[in-house]
Amino acid sequence: MLKNNMRKFVAQRLLQLIPLLIGISLISFFVMHLAPGDPTALFIDPNVKPEELARVRANWGLDQPIYIQYFKWLINAGKLDFGVSYITGQPVISEIGERLPATLLLMISSMILTFLIAVPIGVYSAVKKGSWFDNFFTVFSFAGMAIPAFWLALMLMLLFSVQLGWLPAVGMFSPLIKDASIVTRLLDLLRHMILPLFSMALLSLAGISRYQRAAMLEVLNQDFIKVARAKGLPEITVIFKHALRNALIPIVTILGLSLPDLFGGAFVIETVFAWPGMGRLGVQSIFQRNYPDIMGIVMLSAVLIILGNLLADIGYALVDPRIRYEKISKK
Amino acid sequence: MKRFRKNKLAIFGLVVLSILFLAAIFAQIIAPYDPDEIVESETLPPSFKHLFGTDDLGRDIFSRALYGARISLTVGFVAVAIAVVIGTIIGAITGYYGGLIDSFLMRLVDIMLAFPSIFLILAIQAMLTPNIYNVMVVIGLTSWMGVARLVRGEFLRIRELQYVEAARAIGCSNLRIIVRHILPNSQAPIIVAATLGMAGAILTESALSFLGLGVQPPMASWGNMLMDSQAYMRDAPWMATIPGLLIFITVLSLYFVGEGFREALDVRS
Repeated sequence: MLKNNMRKFVAQRLLQLIPLLIGISLISFFVMHLAPGDPTALFIDPNVKPEELARVRANWGLDQPIYIQYFKWLINAGKLDFGVSYITGQPVISEIGERLPATLLLMISSMILTFLIAVPIGVYSAVKKGSWFDNFFTVFSFAGMAIPAFWLALMLMLLFSVQLGWLPAVGMFSPLIKDASIVTRLLDLLRHMILPLFSMALLSLAGISRYQRAAMLEVLNQDFIKVARAKGLPEITVIFKHALRNALIPIVTILGLSLPDLFGGAFVIETVFAWPGMGRLGVQSIFQRNYPDIMGIVMLSAVLIILGNLLADIGYALVDPRIRYEKISKK
Repeated sequence: MKRFRKNKLAIFGLVVLSILFLAAIFAQIIAPYDPDEIVESETLPPSFKHLFGTDDLGRDIFSRALYGARISLTVGFVAVAIAVVIGTIIGAITGYYGGLIDSFLMRLVDIMLAFPSIFLILAIQAMLTPNIYNVMVVIGLTSWMGVARLVRGEFLRIRELQYVEAARAIGCSNLRIIVRHILPNSQAPIIVAATLGMAGAILTESALSFLGLGVQPPMASWGNMLMDSQAYMRDAPWMATIPGLLIFITVLSLYFVGEGFREALDVRS
């Protein structure tokens, strides 16, 4: 019964994905292509013969009316063919595929790090509501939301790379490291990762610890907590076994909802740290008017964001003990 | 207002914002130097002569920061004004009329929310010639969704109230009911959203200008001052520190004030 409902729910959401993605592609495509100017102007020698220019434009399909260009793009995109990059001539899929692991590595580790720090802070703030710890983190979380991501990144770089010289400022690997042993390379990667990782994690840390605090407070005010306390259970058991389990549920959703911010952060932070990921590729493509790459990245980000939200919803249903309870009572 | 006055953080924010606004308005009088003029040798550290030091070209950073405040605050304010107007109109229409137009416009909101908005803004900016007016319009056009949802919620709630029914009974037109009867009663969440939205707009502007796609040099904005600083991290760390600190303080104050409004006006988050 439950499984069926779930399957229906997932199928429905996946179906909604299609019009959503078409809408997104429509807006991005027309915004880009209706803009004045021509991408060929950027990287083709102005002295080139007009016939040659026309040939290049025809090759990229830029000579056709825009709605035909869009439909061609859409049909190919349906076959997972996003065209070739104007700059390198490589298929967009493989261009992005090369960069995606670096971005995912950064994003997933920053999510884990955020979760590990934010949940204890939120829980402790809720339990000790009104204490100096709680007040400190209230102000701290406002500060966390008010700091511009790229400036935080610059400041970390200034302190740890420029002034102290402890960590490398840019890139993912040191040059010439390819020949070194795997352990050396992993350590090298870790050293390069620390600054971008913390820049990204600190950004969502504030928001998520606030949500965790609010969720915990809400649970702590409920009747079953009063019952647990009235039974004389030790406070530790009440907090960890009764309250925390329920207070963790909304956080699953919040992690999903924070995905757009994470992607937005990736564009800026990868650029600051010259991290060879999708975000940096995106910013570069924008400067180069590399339409196929831009479209590919927009679509992929949108898919990941929407799927992330869907997973969060599914996760929510899975971890919600009320659903589990129903199932047990039925048998 | 009593509750607002009791909120120390909100008062702190209001004081800081007033100082910043005054500094921005009277930048011409306060600034000791022309912000775009080379007045001294390059990258001098802060001193009494140059409170915040000089930048890579030898311009006075304090003067540039004052003019930058003008740009950043204006961009934030105008962008939010655009977002609030669009969001209110769409929220009012969808909330009041419901039906087909509601589902269509709310799908549009879903689509806009699924974009990583900074990327959309960057893409649009790169296609247009980046300048201060485009920055305001583009940020405004990509940040109205939150307001639209809020206003829609308020309208959904208020349109069922009895006084609206009464207004309809005495023959008020839909437009009159929307503008004169419902809108004034949904002001509180709009004010809160606008304050917090201005903070967001200032952050976005600074990120755009930092990437070189926002306010263009030589016009100073806090974001493009930071862009210039990247190459001089070792020799002139104050170039990277001061503009960022100003953005941070401004945005933080806006958050404090916004939260103060939220509490004082009793708006649920």
